[in-house]
Amino acid sequence: MEKLLEVDRLTKVYSLGSMISRTRITATDHVSFYIKPAEIFALAGESGCGKSTTARMILGFEEPTSGAIIHGSKREVGARKVWFTEGVQAIFQDPFSTFNPLTTVDWYFWETVQNYKLAGSKQAAIALIDQKLRGVGLSYEEFSGKYPNEFSGGQLQRISIARALLTDPTLLIADEPVSMVDASLRMAIVNLFKELREQYGVSVLYITHDLATAYYVSDRIAIMFRGNIVEMGAVEQVLMNPRHPYTRLLRESIPEADPKKRWDKPIILAELEHEEYLRHGCKFAGRCPHVTEICKTVPPPDISIDDVLVKCHLYSDHSVQF
Amino acid sequence: MKVLRDLFRDYRFCVSSIVLVLILILAFLSLFAPYDPTLWNVVPRDLRPSAQYLLGTDSNGQDIFWQATFAVRNSLIISLIAALVSRVIAILVGMVAGYKGGSTDRVLMFVSDSLLVIPLFLIMVMLAMLVRQNMNLVVLGMLLSFFGWAWDARLIRSMILSLREREFTQTAVLSGTGTVRLVLHEYMPFAMPLIFSTLINNISWAISLEIVLAILGLVNLNIPTLGTMLNWALFYQSIMLQRWWWILTPVALSLCLFIALYWLSVSISEYLDPRTRIQRVGA
Amino acid sequence: MKQTILRTEDLKAYYVLDLHGTQKVVKAVNEVNLEIRENEVYGIAGESGCGKTTLLKTLFGAIEPPLRLMGGRVLYRANGDELDIISLGSEERRRLRWEFISYVPQGSMSVLNPVLQLKESYQDFLASHASGKTKAEAVEIAKQHTIKLGLPRNILEAYPHQLSGGMRQRVTIALATILKPRVIICDEPTTALDVVVQRGVVQLLKDVQRNLENTIVIVTHDMGVQANIADRVGIMYAGKLVEEALTETIFAAPFHPYTRYLIDSLPRFGDKTTRGSVPGSPPSLSNLPSGCPFHPRCPYALNICAEQMPELVNLALSHKVACWLVGEGVYGKAA
Repeated sequence: MEKLLEVDRLTKVYSLGSMISRTRITATDHVSFYIKPAEIFALAGESGCGKSTTARMILGFEEPTSGAIIHGSKREVGARKVWFTEGVQAIFQDPFSTFNPLTTVDWYFWETVQNYKLAGSKQAAIALIDQKLRGVGLSYEEFSGKYPNEFSGGQLQRISIARALLTDPTLLIADEPVSMVDASLRMAIVNLFKELREQYGVSVLYITHDLATAYYVSDRIAIMFRGNIVEMGAVEQVLMNPRHPYTRLLRESIPEADPKKRWDKPIILAELEHEEYLRHGCKFAGRCPHVTEICKTVPPPDISIDDVLVKCHLYSDHSVQF
Repeated sequence: MKVLRDLFRDYRFCVSSIVLVLILILAFLSLFAPYDPTLWNVVPRDLRPSAQYLLGTDSNGQDIFWQATFAVRNSLIISLIAALVSRVIAILVGMVAGYKGGSTDRVLMFVSDSLLVIPLFLIMVMLAMLVRQNMNLVVLGMLLSFFGWAWDARLIRSMILSLREREFTQTAVLSGTGTVRLVLHEYMPFAMPLIFSTLINNISWAISLEIVLAILGLVNLNIPTLGTMLNWALFYQSIMLQRWWWILTPVALSLCLFIALYWLSVSISEYLDPRTRIQRVGA
Repeated sequence: MKQTILRTEDLKAYYVLDLHGTQKVVKAVNEVNLEIRENEVYGIAGESGCGKTTLLKTLFGAIEPPLRLMGGRVLYRANGDELDIISLGSEERRRLRWEFISYVPQGSMSVLNPVLQLKESYQDFLASHASGKTKAEAVEIAKQHTIKLGLPRNILEAYPHQLSGGMRQRVTIALATILKPRVIICDEPTTALDVVVQRGVVQLLKDVQRNLENTIVIVTHDMGVQANIADRVGIMYAGKLVEEALTETIFAAPFHPYTRYLIDSLPRFGDKTTRGSVPGSPPSLSNLPSGCPFHPRCPYALNICAEQMPELVNLALSHKVACWLVGEGVYGKAA
């Protein structure tokens, strides 16, 4: 099976504090996953779980403490090298921060075309840019010479995608691309990802905390909690039949757009999240309804059940039932 | 131009630009001066202002009006050299230190902080005494510029540090932009108001420092500048002898210059401030 | 039939901006007629830039330049009288606020003073609004209140930076409700919060409403949250209220084309079929289209839609719509 991008035991540890007392926060803890060609892979979790850190490490904006990133045949690559970013591009969460408010938006397009030598002449360049813009539902005329604040958030995010597609990448890393876009316009962007996969064979690493769109658009999904991947597999399996207690909690807490499905049970909320990072053993032990003694001391192993990888002690004995 | 029209709405810009234009005309007039400013006794001494000698004459036998044109011209030249050279140094140091980070940053900031911490005045006095014989406009300008960049380098550096974390930096990197082009194209527009206002402040600072050095007698007193005029006026006790036309000329000119420069800097940097600029862009 | 506690009459509030000579008028609230009742949760939904936050500011009476009231009234029924909050004097308005109406603004997790412990923030607040209590009594009241709402016992001893965003949000809501207001206005209380924490905040709001039997006006673009908490929902578009109905009706049988697009575009679990989204972009509030603001994007637009703005009319019991398609027959069946 061909792997477009593989992440192997990627770890990032931040050291905070002064010389006298330092706390070490493990933002990502031996995270491993791979992405296949023409696949939408979702990396989901709440804020602070390490998904954005993982993306930044893949792109080279952050140095991993240990672990490797494998793309093609090279290990540990970064964004500063042109050949990597030709095949791997990214879009970010806030469309208004993605572009310099004091520069016209098309500057980034011209830069990309020039630096990657994508067109021979100005005519060819305009044709290429126009083609990519039409692919996201915009046109060259309505975009040329304008500043970021002349567009809406949804339009700007689509322009950002068009720029990322200029080099015909094989992998698009989308870091929370729709969380700042209105609910009514999200589908347009998310449908674009589907189209990219189906028509052009582009893979997307879709990083999000919105499980509803993750379910809608992705093929496989990995759920992250406090730096660990706790469950990973086909999205149908993971989200419709969650096995890890945290995934269950997430799944239940999503407000469904259906007044008949209201929440009835109240939930307990953890107080100080940074304590969870410092736990030995399973980081979810503090609020897991099925916690046992071993959970508090021994980190849970990765267990494979029905092609789904679950990081939980509950499944290490074979006959555990819910 | 739309830019000028917008700027002229601000009364401070209007007044300051008029004053500065007048001062520049004054400096330009020095080219037509009938007397050589370095000579003495070209005219009768200590005459009050009259039709023939517009601002009177001084105790050295010079016409104050024409002396003033040279003074203004030379002061401006010194301060412009000082300000421009120190801007260039500040921008280079600030941007390199801010973007590169790491040990480059530490070394550059160490140098810059040392210049801030060392008592500037004493060093300046010492250096001025050493160079006094060879002092001319350019030398003095360079001397002043050497001390004028440290503060602003740090300001620019902190601005670059914060801009580096913004997402559009990442977009530019993903677009394949090299470091130099990125810093110049992406960060300069943000740094412009800062650079511009510090440029003008630096001009004011250089003029005032030159005046101080001149009053202490540490510059070549034969070259007429605002400072040397003051020095000579004080030397000849013009206040006590009630020769007000002599001492008032450099004082009034300096004051006008300082206020005009300040208003210019404030109005332009308000106009260039990214926050108000973003509102105007595309509006 | 519940009593109306808050209503607006043809409310118009615009931002008048003067940028270097050119004037720009942003019609954020454009003739809005609301009727909100006691003991209900009223949700206002809409895209960003539709005027929801401005509407809330107007409801709270916080109209400062460049926002200007161009017409209409905001009437509260307090103690049997109807008070127009905007025309009140500042002292009466201050008394009305927090004791009768309470406002939880957007991003309110950032309004807590970072150098004070929470109990000191509470003290300052109570001191100005509940006179006659000593500091110790005020802290005690605050403590009881937070415990009753399910927050940790010693949360008042903490500093804001020690708490997560969600916890701060819940504390801010607790602060807003300590004087038992009859109307609580919340602006996007759950945006930027994680899913699990969001559930906690929604739970808190529901508990508060159930205990005090008061009114909550909640603005959020998250339809899932609306479905979970609101009794009635009003949909706002380009500064106007375009549809208002019971929550069940809005989700099961929306009428206005914009609402229909909105509901259809929501992803649901168990269903991976392709969903569409609203075509085009929302209009700029300073440059509104003529007639109905939605007509450029509406697939059912009639000629009259480009000329005249439709009024909010009763479609059915508790269901109001502002659309020229009312009475046009069964257009919906074709869609």
